[in-house]
Amino acid sequence: MDQALKELAEHLRDQLGDKLLADEIRLGELMITVKRDVIVDVLKKLRDDSNCRFHQLMDICGVDYADESPRFEIVYNLLSMTHNTRIRVKVRTDEDEPVPSACGVFSTANWFEREIWDMYGVFFSDHPDLRRILTDYGFEGHPLRKDFPLTGYVEVRYDDEQKRVVYEPVKLTQEFRNFDFESPWEGMERVVLPGDEKAEAEPETEAS
Amino acid sequence: MAETQIKNFNLNFGPQHPAAHGVLRLVLEMDGEVIERADPHIGLLHRGTEKLIEYKTYAQAVPYFDRLDYVAPQNQEHAFVLGAEKLLGIEIPKRGQYIRVLYCEIGRILNHLLNITAFAMDVGAMTPMLWGFEHRERLMEFCEAACGARLHMNYFRVGGVAQDLPAGLLEEIGKWATEEFPPFLDDLESLLTGNRIFKQRTVDIGLITAEQCFDWGFTGPNLRASGVAWDLRKSQPYDAYAEMDFDIPVGRIGDCYDRYLVRMIEMRESLKIIKQCVDNMPSGAVKSTNKKVTPPTRGDMKQSMEALIHHFKLFTEGFHVPAGETYTAVEAPKGEFGVYLVADGSNKPFRCKIRAPGYAHLQATEFLSKGHMLADIVANIGSIDVVFGEIDR
Repeated sequence: MDQALKELAEHLRDQLGDKLLADEIRLGELMITVKRDVIVDVLKKLRDDSNCRFHQLMDICGVDYADESPRFEIVYNLLSMTHNTRIRVKVRTDEDEPVPSACGVFSTANWFEREIWDMYGVFFSDHPDLRRILTDYGFEGHPLRKDFPLTGYVEVRYDDEQKRVVYEPVKLTQEFRNFDFESPWEGMERVVLPGDEKAEAEPETEAS
Repeated sequence: MAETQIKNFNLNFGPQHPAAHGVLRLVLEMDGEVIERADPHIGLLHRGTEKLIEYKTYAQAVPYFDRLDYVAPQNQEHAFVLGAEKLLGIEIPKRGQYIRVLYCEIGRILNHLLNITAFAMDVGAMTPMLWGFEHRERLMEFCEAACGARLHMNYFRVGGVAQDLPAGLLEEIGKWATEEFPPFLDDLESLLTGNRIFKQRTVDIGLITAEQCFDWGFTGPNLRASGVAWDLRKSQPYDAYAEMDFDIPVGRIGDCYDRYLVRMIEMRESLKIIKQCVDNMPSGAVKSTNKKVTPPTRGDMKQSMEALIHHFKLFTEGFHVPAGETYTAVEAPKGEFGVYLVADGSNKPFRCKIRAPGYAHLQATEFLSKGHMLADIVANIGSIDVVFGEIDR
């Protein structure tokens, strides 16, 4: 299995040339990173090349690496039934840079891209119908971004006087508790225990 | 003669409609009774599962998978635990694998029973639904016996299953699979397969070829109904599926009737697997012996300080999963259910994308229904087997 993946990676390196930025095999899965503006060509190539035959686009998914730049990664998971292999294609982008839409290559990309737009706010250029899909009509924000709070910003309730559902800012009776269960043994290097913060700083203030 | 302008008619189908299988809002553009455009509005059941999982430990994430496709919860738990096990690199004891396969097949029958009978009711047959629920109830009793919950099992764990099966349950499942269920399946088939009204409503409705299936990301029974013999249990076997002997039914033309037939035969194949699991069930542990993943037994905790500490740590902090990423897919009853798991080395998943088969299937509603009558869209939605728990996530 790994041998076949290595050969496939070799083949892709030949075929894609400088479009391919990186390739890697981990846990028996092949992943390649390509340039953003050539993603449609790459997908077409993967679908039609006789050594690839990745006929099915199983999934497109976004990942938000909030600390990195560009922060978003768009991940395409493809399946080849002919060769019984999978491949993962990745591109990087940020809030402003659109990713070319894969709808022309795989019809199924349509909703997956709409979902990424909804959840992360990544634009797809040439998408036929880039609307929100999972969130409410008139929703604001992109909930799967790492800087979006888990509780959200608004909550809904039925107002008996107005006879309709109204939106209100989230009110929590108890503050959201984000437990940090990092092991004190393993996580010690980063954690400063209460009272300990002076230990390092004090000698310096005395010296000056 | 003056030309009259005929305006297309817009029709809102759902979200509260019995044939919408949950909360589907479908905006239809009709030309008379012919469908010109169908725009499904989904997300009415969106609960932010993926976001919630990012804030939970790996063990706490499992119950969320029950609530995706609530008709067959076992299969989804399976995908997640397989993904986490792959990242952790742990081995599962044979008995644990067999129990998981057994319950996955029970989940498959649960799903197909509901889908076939609900589909039959959508096109006008009342009896199958009433009969089918009797056997679904039997299967849920088996689930209850294993873990205490009828529907949302939360039974699979990273490293195996939560607890061993109670004594006598296997014999009971075996008896059900050999004596009780096959006669029922024959009865069910006699109600539908040759039924003239059922055939008039389903044959040649919602045709899709194999090529179009690939384009629309179809998987599972919907793909097999178009004649593609592809089943992840065979082609990329996981757990104990490699040791099971079963066949993959395929359809001929890919219409609603073929999709029904494929599911019908799949139930019989699932029965084969259940029988093999019951007959060949190995003895031994049901959970991995890796103490950093599997919690200790009650007995150990009374005796050993080490076990007590491990128990405390595993249920507060949880285990840490080494950084890495995997796309793990299983053959859920509805099709390929995939989990794309990104771990950053902490005790919580960094990202957990859920690839629900129904999401891709529902997307093709417009493609399947264009040019059909209004009544056929009900047959189409029924036959592609959608459950909104997994589509809206």
